Amino acid sequence: MTRNWLLGAASSLTVLALASVPATAQTKFDFWYGLSGDLSDRIQEMCKDFNASQADYEIVCTSQNDYDTNLQNTIAAFRANKQPTISQIFDAGTLDLMLSQAYLPIKDLMSQNGYDIDWSNYFSGIASYYSTSKGELLSMPFNSSTAMIYYNTDALAKVGFEGLPTTWTQVEDVARKMKAAGYECPVAFDAAGVWQWFEQFSAIHNQPIATLGNGFGGLDAEMAASKGLFVDQLTWIKKMYDEGLFINKSKETGETELDSFANGHCQVFSGSVAGHGSVTAKAIPELHWEVAMLPMMEGHERTNSLVGGASLWTLKGKTEEEYKGAAAFFNFLATPKQAEWWSTVTGYIPVTNTGFEAMKANGFYDAAPYKGREKAIESLTFTPPTENTRGIRLGNYASIRAEMVKTIQDVLFNNKPVKESLEAFDAKGNEILRRFQATYKDAQLP
Amino acid sequence: MERRAFYRNGTLPWLLIGPQLLLVLVFFYWPTSQALYWAFTLEQPWGGGNTWVGWDNFAAIFRDSEYWTVVGRSTFYATVTTLLSMAVALTLAVFADRALKGTKLFQSVYVWPYAIAAPAAGVAFRFIFAPESGLIGAINQMWPGIWNPAINGWQALGMVIVCHAWLGIGYNFIFFLAALQMIPRSLSEAGAMDGARPFRRMMDLQLPLIAPTVFFLLIMNLISSFTDSFGLIDTMTEGGPFGSTEVMVYKIYFDGFKGFDYSGAAAQSIVLMLLVIALTIIQFTWVEKRVHYH
Repeated sequence: MTRNWLLGAASSLTVLALASVPATAQTKFDFWYGLSGDLSDRIQEMCKDFNASQADYEIVCTSQNDYDTNLQNTIAAFRANKQPTISQIFDAGTLDLMLSQAYLPIKDLMSQNGYDIDWSNYFSGIASYYSTSKGELLSMPFNSSTAMIYYNTDALAKVGFEGLPTTWTQVEDVARKMKAAGYECPVAFDAAGVWQWFEQFSAIHNQPIATLGNGFGGLDAEMAASKGLFVDQLTWIKKMYDEGLFINKSKETGETELDSFANGHCQVFSGSVAGHGSVTAKAIPELHWEVAMLPMMEGHERTNSLVGGASLWTLKGKTEEEYKGAAAFFNFLATPKQAEWWSTVTGYIPVTNTGFEAMKANGFYDAAPYKGREKAIESLTFTPPTENTRGIRLGNYASIRAEMVKTIQDVLFNNKPVKESLEAFDAKGNEILRRFQATYKDAQLP
Repeated sequence: MERRAFYRNGTLPWLLIGPQLLLVLVFFYWPTSQALYWAFTLEQPWGGGNTWVGWDNFAAIFRDSEYWTVVGRSTFYATVTTLLSMAVALTLAVFADRALKGTKLFQSVYVWPYAIAAPAAGVAFRFIFAPESGLIGAINQMWPGIWNPAINGWQALGMVIVCHAWLGIGYNFIFFLAALQMIPRSLSEAGAMDGARPFRRMMDLQLPLIAPTVFFLLIMNLISSFTDSFGLIDTMTEGGPFGSTEVMVYKIYFDGFKGFDYSGAAAQSIVLMLLVIALTIIQFTWVEKRVHYH
């Protein structure tokens, strides 16, 4: 009796399995990403379009909420051999991935699957961040941005400034006049914005963040924040903060920098060009504003800024079929139509020269609400990447970033001396780097 | 003439405790042994290998003055949270224990906070305490700049402590109330007849009589303050500003999951585990034996 029942169950399972075969002829593969909210909806839309565009593959796109969580979950999944085929990894995690032995270089993936991509078409400032020191691109540039500064043009007009400030001295000047004119918050500042206030500042002034070309030269690089111009810049930021010209705005105070600007409470803020869309969406009706390249310190030559955002990594351990699907997906992303759509609905910039030129020719950047976004490309491509502006190739860089947040907060809120604090930061950063180096004792930087 | 129940069948007891044993093995001993192993190696985050380094990881964290600051902060956090939570809970329990109007209602209402998940409470309190838009922010209207946990480390730490203590009140309250209700009424009544006011009765009669409960709660609260603060801190301050709300358990999370220093985090969790084990030993030996009704 039981035996018969078991046999019956087994045979019906077999039938079920056979019946479901035609449905799986389409290869399914996973893509995990670290964006949420509106941006996540856009990615879902993109995945749907890809699935509709062909019949061989089905991409399953899953949001892991934010970059950190996505990296954590990807690592956990990889260790359990349940990794997605594609994962979106943020800029600060690049070296962690490079040494992981867990990925397939994008160049190999595309050429093995018969796609001929003109890699020189990618903006060099973007490609270099995700390439080996020899220039081989390892991951697919995806959502890319750079840091900008946003001005309330009415406030500028009220204090009699024509055009947009291009140096920090001018920013200081207008901020002081704004304060005098009754604006309570001239410039919004959040120490968590290490990316724009420290990393991008260092890049556009051609200052090293670490030795050996920010770590491109080897794992024994050392932090160099206390040795360059940033000492002066942080001293200046402290002065501005004490004078009440820079106002602390963050999630913790109840209003972020971007929100305080969009609400008209603060007149200037610095942040990613990816926030351009958010400012447009959130701005109160009477707000007139413009975006510009980050200001320079007086008397310095501008170099290109660093790309921010994330790139797409193809992970090892999947089937040939899944890799074919991944390659088809990357190829789909690179089509001009798709690139333009992505750049339009988000604030992210196009990653290729032809993509950018096509959008420029279409008049995309000529009028509101997209006008001004082209300045991000200008900033990114201002000069060919130098040793200090190729990118940041430092291990466990997310930890180092967190140390810098603490350092800036300590200087601003606890009146710690600038030079000593930055020296302590360098020492702490070096400890993190040495630990990373010891963990990857026998590894060679690709 | 001791009567004992026992199983004739040798395997049956093992089968019965099997599921529980399996759970403990999978969810406690296995991860703990992994952590122990990692604490003595340098583990690559993506797998791919590790190297044996002996006590290096422990030496590295003990050498780090910042780590000792964090340990000191955690101790402070645990002590203040425990005392605050227990003092408030005891006061409430003493009042709820007296036959007053609405006692039944209060007896259940005070337990509610315990049912709230820490991250949910954290989000709610973040809004309440936000210096610019929150409820407490209103005092900044009167005295500008007096309340700002975003830039003031002590205020931020105090804010998290208050929330943690608040969450624990319900748990402590139940135990205190149960203990108080175990005390024979005649004792308090006799005290009252001798002219002792409620406060005196609490200090001289009730408190000594519930001493075992007080010590039990003391240890439980200390352990929970050392290990359960993560949810609150992550939603309220993320350890900031300038690391002033970074306690041991948050540092483990940050170093391990954000910094990908698995081995350093593993060594830190071994230290934390030893601390909790020490507290538990105190609980079992010292407290259980010495605190009695006399």
